[in-house]
Amino acid sequence: MADHSPVTTSPRKPGPPLWLLLELTYRCPLHCAFCYNPTDYAGTGPELGTQDWIRVLRQARALGAVQLGLSGGEPLTRDDLEDIVAEAHALGFYSNLITSGVGLTDARIRALKAAGLDHIQLSFQDSSRQMNDFLSSTRTFDLKYKVAALIKQYEFPMVLNVVLHRLNIDHVEEILEMALRLGAEYVELANTQFYGWAFHNREALLPSRVQVQLAEQTMQRFRERVGSRMKIFFVVPDYFEHRPKPCMNGLGSIFMTIAPDGTALPCQAARMLPGLAFPNVRAQSIEEIWFDSPGFTHFRGDAWMKEPCRSCPEKAHDFGGCRCQAYLLTGDAANADPVCDLSPHHHLVTQAVAAADRPPAAAADRPPAAAADRPLKEQPLVFRSDRNSSTLFVGRNDT
Amino acid sequence: MNQPVIDAASRPVIERGFRLQWEAAQNAHVLLYPEGMIKLNGSAGEIMKRCSGESTIAEITSDLERAFTANDLYEDVARFVRMAVEKRWLTIRP
Repeated sequence: MADHSPVTTSPRKPGPPLWLLLELTYRCPLHCAFCYNPTDYAGTGPELGTQDWIRVLRQARALGAVQLGLSGGEPLTRDDLEDIVAEAHALGFYSNLITSGVGLTDARIRALKAAGLDHIQLSFQDSSRQMNDFLSSTRTFDLKYKVAALIKQYEFPMVLNVVLHRLNIDHVEEILEMALRLGAEYVELANTQFYGWAFHNREALLPSRVQVQLAEQTMQRFRERVGSRMKIFFVVPDYFEHRPKPCMNGLGSIFMTIAPDGTALPCQAARMLPGLAFPNVRAQSIEEIWFDSPGFTHFRGDAWMKEPCRSCPEKAHDFGGCRCQAYLLTGDAANADPVCDLSPHHHLVTQAVAAADRPPAAAADRPPAAAADRPLKEQPLVFRSDRNSSTLFVGRNDT
Repeated sequence: MNQPVIDAASRPVIERGFRLQWEAAQNAHVLLYPEGMIKLNGSAGEIMKRCSGESTIAEITSDLERAFTANDLYEDVARFVRMAVEKRWLTIRP
């Protein structure tokens, strides 16, 4: 189905899907406004059963998969999580539980330790109770503190993950202090990627350039102060860059996600890409999916590229950026990621960034201002919930 | 933070939370850790798999020299261990 032009190289036989992410469920007690889950998740099919997940683990491991993320939704809503972890451990995966902390009781963390879980990534929405609870539309801040203590008590390496955006990026110093206090070995300051719910809420969530610069400086100072005892990951949000990120190291190169209904995807957001029938693990093996399905082969290599990517000397480095971002912003997934300043659509990104340079308080966290003070139309945050998922969009992109 | 002095008597051990394993699919030893994986080259893999916390760098060196019928590996081993401690792949057992 790809346009195999003679001027491009055909992809070599790919290596294994080294990195496997299982989205065990879309069920989640939180309702974060920046969730990357599809906005129409409520319309997806039933979740895979325990034996399906175990079959996926065995097949993927046999191909060479080794890093395993267990995510969602909130994976702890599945009561077979311990069985899945035990199988992963027996197979030699390095397993990571990606959790909001809700449901991580003493009994469950003890069982997960016994099952062989390797580490835990705990999300916080902010360093303050008020903002954490506002952004997740739940009262979970105090609970997360307790869960962080449990993670330390059971001697799991702890990655603290905070999604950054306009409403909390000014709190980077407090967030890092909190992480240090909680004993996190790693902190991931994950700038919001604008897909799913976050794309819908982009106007409210995109920080200004000044906010990003200040946050980066604060993070650098902190890094110098604490040295190697806490490793800080901070990636500048790509809207502020001139070149796109090498998204997923190229689709279909090292990464595979399995969605709760068994759909296999080359990245968590790829379900939105039109025209690709993504395979399901109920019907096909991981090997067939990885090597032969159009969902994985179509954007592998560079045969699919258009100009300016096709003749670009940097294509081997950034793979044309993110296919989902190209599709979301330009309507064609084969276009260059408009983050790239060589893209004819780059103005779509610079316009969004220029709009974000308005004064930093957003509509959602301050009282409504008089119309004259608000040059931009501001819409309130739409929180991820089953109800909003059923009403936000009526159709699916991939049907 | 005070880095320990690394010398022939130091006993390196793989840092907590890291795991070294042989991956047939990659034909290499890999070091697994939160959010990452490092594919080690042949000599790095051979050194790392001897970092049990029981052997000193001197002992690891002699073992490698025996296994590969080589000489004068000490500086290479010590340099690798220092780098790996800096990167927090290894720590020195107190």
